[in-house]
Amino acid sequence: MDKVKIGTCWLDGCSGCHMSLLDMDEAIVAVLGKADIVFGPLVDAQEWPEGVDVAVIEGAISSQDDLELAQTARARSKIVVALGDCAVTGNVPSMRNGIPTAKLIERVYVEGATADPQVPTDGVPALLKQAGPLQSAIKVDIHVPGCPPKPEGILFVLGELLEGRVPDLGSKLRFG
Amino acid sequence: MTEKVKVRIDGEVIAATPGQTILEVARANDKYIPALCYMEGLSAVGACRLCMVEVAGVARLLPACTTPVQEGLAVNTSSPQLQSYRKIALELLFAERNHVCAVCVSSGHCELQSLAQEHGITYIRYPYNFPKLAVDTTHPRFVLDQNRCILCSRCVRTCDEIEGAHVWDVSGRGIQSRLVSELKRPWGEATTCTSCGKCVQACPTGAMAEKGWGVEEMTKRPAVVSRLTSMREGQ
Ligand code: SF4
Ligand code: SF4
Ligand code: FES
Repeated sequence: MDKVKIGTCWLDGCSGCHMSLLDMDEAIVAVLGKADIVFGPLVDAQEWPEGVDVAVIEGAISSQDDLELAQTARARSKIVVALGDCAVTGNVPSMRNGIPTAKLIERVYVEGATADPQVPTDGVPALLKQAGPLQSAIKVDIHVPGCPPKPEGILFVLGELLEGRVPDLGSKLRFG
Repeated sequence: MTEKVKVRIDGEVIAATPGQTILEVARANDKYIPALCYMEGLSAVGACRLCMVEVAGVARLLPACTTPVQEGLAVNTSSPQLQSYRKIALELLFAERNHVCAVCVSSGHCELQSLAQEHGITYIRYPYNFPKLAVDTTHPRFVLDQNRCILCSRCVRTCDEIEGAHVWDVSGRGIQSRLVSELKRPWGEATTCTSCGKCVQACPTGAMAEKGWGVEEMTKRPAVVSRLTSMREGQ
C-alpha cells in the first residue's frame, strides 16, 4: 500500500502547534511508517504538491499569502485539518480585528519602533482586513482545538486518518 | 410539612417540594442538567437557555431553572435535539464576543470553556462577530473584560441580591447589550461599589477577574457566594 501523503504548513501562528506535533515523541516514528511528509516547514519542497491526502494547517488567515497557501492546500488535498486555536477560531491573531490595518502597522512599525521606524514593504504580503479562522476562507474537514492542541489529540487524529477513519474528538480537547 | 409532589426526571419518580424548580429538583437528586446563568442562592432569570428540557405534553422546550415543578410533571433532560440546541446556544456565545481562551486568566477554570468541551464543540459553526470591546481596569483590585462577558447577569444579581449594592446593570438591547457599572461610570469610580469582590467570584468566565493573575491562574469560588444565601436563610 502506498504511504499516505501529509502536507503541513503554518500561516499566522507561532509554530507551537508544529512543536506539539513533534511532541508526540516516539509515536511520530509509527506515523512516519505509514505516511510521508511531502510539504511543510521541515521539508524542502517549495510548492504545495498535487495529490496530498491530508493537509495539516496551523495558524489563522491573516495575509494575502496565508489566503493563497490555504486555497492551494485545499485544492490539492483530500482532507484539511485545522490544527490549533489560531486555525480553528482565529485566536490571538484575531485580537487585532477591531483595529484598521493601516493604523495597526503604523502603531507597530513606526510609533512602536525604537530604531529605524518605517513601514516595511519589501517581500511582506498585504495584511487582510481581519485575521480569521481557516474555515472563513476554505472548507475544513477536521478541527483540532487547543493552544497548542495536546500531542495525544494530534496523534489520535492522525492515527484515525491513517487508518482511513474520520476522527471523532468528542470531548478530548478544548479551546485554549 | 408541605405536601410533596411527584415528578419524573428521565423516568425516575422523585418527590419534590412545590415551588422548587425543575433544575433544583434535578440537582438535589443527582440528575445533571447543564446550566450557566443559574447560580444557587440567586434569583433565576433564564438568560442562557442551556438548561432547556423537554416536558411531556408541552410542545416547546422549557428552561429548567425557571420552571416550577407540579404534580405529575415528566421531564426529559437529554435528547439529541436538546444536545443540538445546547451546542447552538454555546457556539453563539463564542461567536458573539472575543473568547481568546489561550490568553485568558480563567482558561482551565471557565464554565463556558468546559461546557463547550463537555458538549464536544471543537469549532464554532457561525462566523465570528469580532466586536471591538473595552477592558475596564479602573478598579484598584478588579478587571472587567467585556470581550469575555456572556451577559449571564450572575454578577448583577450577586451585587444586588447578596451585597445589596446594585453596582451592575445590563444596558442596551440585543447584540449591543453591555454590562455597565453605576449608570456607565468606570468601575473604579462607582461610588456604590464596596470592593467586596463577590461579583468576581460569581462570574463564570474570565470577564471579571482579580488583578495580578496571569493566563489560567484565576480560579473562582461561586459556591462561597451561594453559601451566603443559605446561611442567611438558615438564620
Ligand atoms: S472566558 Fe476565557 S476561558 Fe472562558 S471561554 Fe472565554 S476566553 Fe475562553
Ligand atoms: S461579567 Fe461575568 S458574571 Fe457578569 S454578566 Fe458578564 S459573564 Fe456574567
Ligand atoms: S441556567 Fe437556565 S437559562 Fe441559564
